[in-house]
Amino acid sequence: MKKNLLLSFIFISPYLLLSQNNLGQINGNFETNLQSYTDDPSIDAIAADEVILNNAYLNILYTKGDFTGGLRYESYLNALQDYDSRYQGNGIPYRFARYTSDGLDVTVGNYYEQFGSGLVLRSYEDKGLGIDNSLDGVRLKYVPINGLYVTGLIGKSRTYFEYSKGIIRGADAEFNINEALKLEGETSYILGGSFVSRFQKDNNPAFNLPENVASMSARLNIMHGGFNYYGEYAYKINDPVGSFSFDENNYSTGKAIVNNLTYSQKGLGITIESHFVDHMEFRSERAKQKEFIINYIPTLSKNHAYTLLALYPCATQPEGEAGFNTNIFYKIPKNTLFGGKYGTKLNLNFARTNSIDGGNSYLNDSSSHTSNPFKSISIKDETLYFSDFNLEINKKINKKVKLNLVLAKQKYNKDVLEGKTIGEYGIISSTIAVADVSYKIKKGHTIRLELQELLSKDDATATNHADGDWHMVLAEYTISPNWFFAIQDMYNYGNYDEEKQLHYVNTSIGFMKGANRFEIGYGKKRAGIFCVGGVCKEVPSSNGFSLNISSNF
Amino acid sequence: MIKKLILSLFVIAFFTVSSFSQNRTLPSVKVKNLKGSLVNIQTIENDGNPIVISFWATWCKPCKKELNTIAEVYEDWQEETGVKLVAISIDDSRSASKVKPYVNSSGWEYEIYLDPNRDLSRSLGVSTVPHTFLLDGKGNIVWEHRGYIEGDEEELLEQIEHISK
Repeated sequence: MKKNLLLSFIFISPYLLLSQNNLGQINGNFETNLQSYTDDPSIDAIAADEVILNNAYLNILYTKGDFTGGLRYESYLNALQDYDSRYQGNGIPYRFARYTSDGLDVTVGNYYEQFGSGLVLRSYEDKGLGIDNSLDGVRLKYVPINGLYVTGLIGKSRTYFEYSKGIIRGADAEFNINEALKLEGETSYILGGSFVSRFQKDNNPAFNLPENVASMSARLNIMHGGFNYYGEYAYKINDPVGSFSFDENNYSTGKAIVNNLTYSQKGLGITIESHFVDHMEFRSERAKQKEFIINYIPTLSKNHAYTLLALYPCATQPEGEAGFNTNIFYKIPKNTLFGGKYGTKLNLNFARTNSIDGGNSYLNDSSSHTSNPFKSISIKDETLYFSDFNLEINKKINKKVKLNLVLAKQKYNKDVLEGKTIGEYGIISSTIAVADVSYKIKKGHTIRLELQELLSKDDATATNHADGDWHMVLAEYTISPNWFFAIQDMYNYGNYDEEKQLHYVNTSIGFMKGANRFEIGYGKKRAGIFCVGGVCKEVPSSNGFSLNISSNF
Repeated sequence: MIKKLILSLFVIAFFTVSSFSQNRTLPSVKVKNLKGSLVNIQTIENDGNPIVISFWATWCKPCKKELNTIAEVYEDWQEETGVKLVAISIDDSRSASKVKPYVNSSGWEYEIYLDPNRDLSRSLGVSTVPHTFLLDGKGNIVWEHRGYIEGDEEELLEQIEHISK
C-alpha cells in the first residue's frame, strides 16, 4: 500500500511541478584564473613549487519572487602569488538566504553592507585585491515610514577562510525628508546616522582594554538644482591593539570629516572633495593587520586607468591625512574652433594629500590631542603625501580616429605611502604623458596604440634611488565582437641600476562570445603596487603564462 | 520495479529542471537614483520596448568609450527601435560623487542609477565592467555581453533590432 502511494506520488509529481509554472530562476557566474610561474632572476621572479597556481570561484543564485538564496564556491589550489597564502584549499565561505516580506528585508548568512560613505563600516569583496570581508550573521532592513530607511545587523567578519574574533553590531538610519514629507521642491535633504560596535573579550592581564569598541557617524546630503553637497563626520572610541607591550597599546580616539561639493549642468561638471582623517582605521579584531579592516576611507585622487599614471598610486593614510580632490569636466561644444565636428571633452584634475596639523593622535598617544582640520589645510607646514595635477583631452577626430591625451605632474611620498623608513626614498616627482589613439580599419576592426612616458626625479635628500624613467607602448587589435590581440612593453630605461633597465613584455589574446570570455597571456609582470578604488596591495614580480576564463549563466 | 523508480526519478528531474523559468529576468534589488532615492530595478519599464542595462564606472575607460559612442547615435536608436538605455554605475564612495557631474558634462540622456554596494551587479553575476544586458519588451534578459571593444555597439544594435521587430 505504502509502496503504491509512493509510486503514484512519484508519477504524479512531475505534473504537479509542471502546474506550478514558475519554480524560480537559477543563475550565476564562474571565473578561473590560472597562472604559471617560472624563475626570472633579472626581475626577482620566483617559480612556484606547484608550477601552476589557480584561483577559481562559482556563484550560484536561486531567486523566486522576493526570495533569494546563494552561495559561492571558492577554490585556491594553491592561491596565486599575489594573493595571501591563507587563501588555501576549497570551500563555500559565502552562502546566504534573503527574503522580503511586507517591506521587511531579512538576510541570514553572508552579506555585504556599507553605511554612509563607509567611514564606520564597509564589508565588500574585490577579487582583484583579494579582499572579502563579508559579514556572516543576520541583517534586517525596514522602511517604517515613507523615506526612513533603517538597517540593523550583527555578524562576524570573514578573514580568508575564517572569521575574525570580534562580533560586529551595527545600525544605520537614513531619512529622506523630501520622500517623507512628499516635498516636490528643487531642494532635497537626506540625513543619516550610523553606529557600529565591536565586541571582543579582554583576555589581556596587563592592560584594561575596551571590550565594546564603538564607532559612529552622522551625514547630511543636500541637493539643490545642479548642486550636491555631502558631508559626514565619524568618531571612533579608543581601540588599543591589545599587545603586551606598553608602546604598542594606544588609547587615542579616531575621527574623520568628509566634505564633498559638486555642481553640474549640461556640458560642465565640477567636483570638490576633501577629507580629514585621524586614527580612523576600524578593525573586526583587536589587532593591527590590515586584513581585519572593516571600514573604508575613500582616497582623494583620480583613479587612473593608464599604467604609467598609476605607477605611483595614492592610498589613504587612515592614521592621519588631510587632502582634497577637484575635477572640472567640460565638453567644448560641437562646431566650434576647439570642439570640431564632435566636440572635445576635457577633464582637469588636481588632488593633494598631506599630514595633519600637529601629527596624528596615534603618535601623540593622547585622547586629548586634537589635530585642527582647518590648520591641516595650510599645505606649507605639512608633509606632502601625494599630489597629482593632470589634464585629459578626449577627442573624436573623425569617423575613424579617436584620440585621448593625458598630461600629469605627480608627487609621491614613497616612504609614507609604502611604509618605508623616512628618508629612504622621499618624494618622487614625475611627469607623465599618455597618447592613446584608435583607428577603425573597417567595420569591426580597430587598431589602438598607447604611448606612455614617465620621467621621474628622485628626492635629492633620499638615500635610495627609485625606478627612474619608463617608456610604455601598447598595441591592440580588436575584431568586434569576438577577438582581441594585445602586446605591450614597459621599459625601465632610466633605472639608476643598469642591470635593472629591463623590458617587461606582455602579450594577450582574448575571445569573447555571449556570456563567455577567454583570455590567455604570457609575459613578465613587474613588482609594484596594485590599487583598486584607493585600496592597494603589493604584487610580486612574475614571469609566465596565464589563462582566464569567465562565464555567466 | 527499480527500473521504474529510476525512470520516474529521471522524469522528475527533467520536469523539475524544465519547469525552472527559462526566461531570466531582473531580480528584485534596489538601486539609488541620482536624487538619492532607492528604486527597485524591477520597476524600470519602457512601454513594452527593449531596455539596455549597462554597468559602468567613472574610472573604467572602455565603459565610457561604449556609453559615449552610443550617446552619439542614441537618438537614432530610440527612433528606430524605441530602446531605452539604463546606465548603472558601480562607483563606490571614492568616485560616486563624480557620476552626476561626469554624466551631465558628457550630455548623456540615459537613465542613471548607482549600485555602490554592488547588490544588483552581484545578483546579475557582473564581476567586471562594462557588462551589458538586453531586455526584451517583457523584461526577459535575452542577451548579455562582457567588456567593450570598438564596434560592439553594432552587435548590440543588431540584437535590439532583432527583438524590436
